[in-house]
Amino acid sequence: MAATEQTIKQVNTLGDTDYKYGFSTELDEIRPPKGLNEDIIKFISAQKDEPEWMLDWRLNAFKVFNKLPKPEWAKLNIPEIDYQDCYYYSIPKSLKDKPKSLDEIDPEIIKTYEKLGIPLKEQKMLSGIAVDAVFDSVSVATTYKKQLSDLGIVFCSISEAVKTHPDLVKKYLGSVIPVSDHSFAALNSAVFTDGSFIYIPEGVRCPVELSTYFRINAMNTGQFERTLIIADKDSYVSYLEGCTAPMRDENQLHAANVELVALDNAEIKYSTVQNWYPGDKEGKGGIYNFVTKRGACRGKNSKISWTQVETGSAITWKYPSCILQGDNSKGEFYSVAITNNMQQADTGTKMIHIGKNTSSKIISKGISAGKANNTYRGLVNILSKAKNARNFTQCDSLLIGNKCGAHTVPYIESSNSDSMVEHEATTSKINEDQLFYCQQRGLNSEDAVGLIVNGFCKEVLQHLPMEFAVEAQKLVAISLEGSVG
Amino acid sequence: MLEIKNLHVSIEEKKIIKGLNLTINKGEVHALMGPNGSGKSTLSYVLSGKDKYEIDNGTIEYNEKNLLELDVDERANEGLFLAFQYPMEIPGVQTSFFLKTAINSKRKYLGQSEMDALEFAKLMKSKAEELNINTEMLKRDLNVNYSGGEKKKQEILQMSMLSPKMAILDETDSGLDIDALRIVSEGVNKLKSKENSFLVITHYQRLLNYIKPDFVHIIADGRIVKSGDYSLALELEEKGYEEISKSA
Ligand SMILES: Nc1ncnc2c1ncn2[C@@H]1O[C@H](COP(=O)(O)OP(=O)(O)O)[C@@H](O)[C@H]1O
Ligand SMILES: [Mg+2]
Repeated sequence: MAATEQTIKQVNTLGDTDYKYGFSTELDEIRPPKGLNEDIIKFISAQKDEPEWMLDWRLNAFKVFNKLPKPEWAKLNIPEIDYQDCYYYSIPKSLKDKPKSLDEIDPEIIKTYEKLGIPLKEQKMLSGIAVDAVFDSVSVATTYKKQLSDLGIVFCSISEAVKTHPDLVKKYLGSVIPVSDHSFAALNSAVFTDGSFIYIPEGVRCPVELSTYFRINAMNTGQFERTLIIADKDSYVSYLEGCTAPMRDENQLHAANVELVALDNAEIKYSTVQNWYPGDKEGKGGIYNFVTKRGACRGKNSKISWTQVETGSAITWKYPSCILQGDNSKGEFYSVAITNNMQQADTGTKMIHIGKNTSSKIISKGISAGKANNTYRGLVNILSKAKNARNFTQCDSLLIGNKCGAHTVPYIESSNSDSMVEHEATTSKINEDQLFYCQQRGLNSEDAVGLIVNGFCKEVLQHLPMEFAVEAQKLVAISLEGSVG
Repeated sequence: MLEIKNLHVSIEEKKIIKGLNLTINKGEVHALMGPNGSGKSTLSYVLSGKDKYEIDNGTIEYNEKNLLELDVDERANEGLFLAFQYPMEIPGVQTSFFLKTAINSKRKYLGQSEMDALEFAKLMKSKAEELNINTEMLKRDLNVNYSGGEKKKQEILQMSMLSPKMAILDETDSGLDIDALRIVSEGVNKLKSKENSFLVITHYQRLLNYIKPDFVHIIADGRIVKSGDYSLALELEEKGYEEISKSA
């Protein structure tokens, strides 16, 4: 596939620094002053021409945010975040009046996306992936729109959906992640800037992969994206998000909220390849990635599957979860989390079993190198009505070197005697004899590590859409560069 | 091709190779025979560059280069191949993918472009057929759940695809039944040319019925105690290691 090849080439050629997406783009930006207050929220809402109900929703969320305590950080070592020292909105001036077609987009932005290997140009759409790209705070272009709308599929930015599909947005926004869930959920609800909106109508199987690329470009700008995906009865959709950010010495904040709703017999497959800038070897700079992702299997026989490849960010804090309400519904979580140098990751999932015969599967692969720390934290909660619920959890950790750490923290709560919960966990060091064997066959030490780690992650990577699996393998290898030898 | 002079090797303070000399010229096949624990595998690891082995003394020259200065992968890409006594399992890595990665690593090192997918598939198929390896097996993870014999065949497949200049076979015959032994030996013989050399490590004279060595060396306690031609292997079969070592 052209898009993927191009991405790989870009990955290989970009820059001579370790982080391959570390360029930034020179653009005139529109930015309100730093700080978090009602005026900023009103400014954001006005920039987006939002209806009043949306502004009210935001202002209410801000009130909630001010009342909520900060989350407990557990294994993470997180410096105090100064919310007033951050910009909450930034758009390139040329995007202020949203371009009608791709030809109207600032060539600088197109160039940035080309560097990232994202197919924005029409001819590249043949590749079969519909792409929405979020540049700092706004959605740049949504490709493939026509073909999708013929099927009744809505795939647009959330800002657009607020205007074009207010009923759906009103009904589902905040219905999976309540505003009051925790402080980042409330913060995102107050200041969210853009993200994707998808609605798949009853009985429709979305024929292409839907995809969004997020990029933080502007300095000191937090990115608060909001994604909402609704799969109506008997529908199917596969969605992939990719993320990059330029190298900056300061930390940047990314606090996304993603909500999924699957109705009767519907299936949502959500894949993430997260490669935000991780900071340098000493731990300077990098993205703070605090993400709330939650899917509700509301209908019977519905299914939500999360697949994530987390290689970037200075700090990652995310637990994509499934609320298994519908009888016979299924939740899956496949995760690869790689931390190198000074990176920290605390990630895992929550599977909440509510309906009868619900089942969940968790496969987590954590890889630590350098001085990094990697924690799997998961909760399997089986409520009393969830008769015959099933869970299988497998957590494997791989250590490269002896200064890194891996931790597994599984919580299991079961209020039901006929449920079955299985948990397996392993921790191992990368095998020197395997490395030697690969090197004896001509692979250099980094390629050998990449190969072995990719093998270790295979169970997860094979759940990615095929077009992205290759890219992900490449990323896995790149993110471990410098970890041996 | 390869010249080892007065080699002394120890691991964790324990002396294992104690003054070993061996010269292998282009186009020659040498057999190295010796009892368990005499240092055969250690020699193969030292030649291929495994770390943790301390070179206390001696030199190794390989194609006019100081072998000991090269990294493991450099040695491999310069044409040195080790068929392991105990091949490693690599879960999650398809055997065919591993083969392709190995071939392309070498091509990259030599400044050549990657082998295209079709050419690779053809090469793999023909080599696998020669060794009577079912190509279905190459879709499985490398050496995972392979039988002992399948692993050894796999090593020879890798060897024939990489066509090394200097191949070291460490007890490739152990674990092979008589048919597999014949097929593997044919694979080795096919590769044999005036341009490359072999060091065949084995316990048993049996293998040497199929792969005819130009020289036979007997190693005991980290030293070559006796060298000769093929007839030495027969003599060894008759008398056993102890007597031969004593008479040396
Ligand atoms: N990693 C090691 N640590 C300590 N001793 C070792 C190690 N590897 C090999 N040895 C010892 O070195 C000697 C030679 O071993 P090896 O070269 O494997 O013999 P061979 O292959 O001839 O059977 C044996 O005594 C063995 O126990
Ligand atoms: Mg041995």
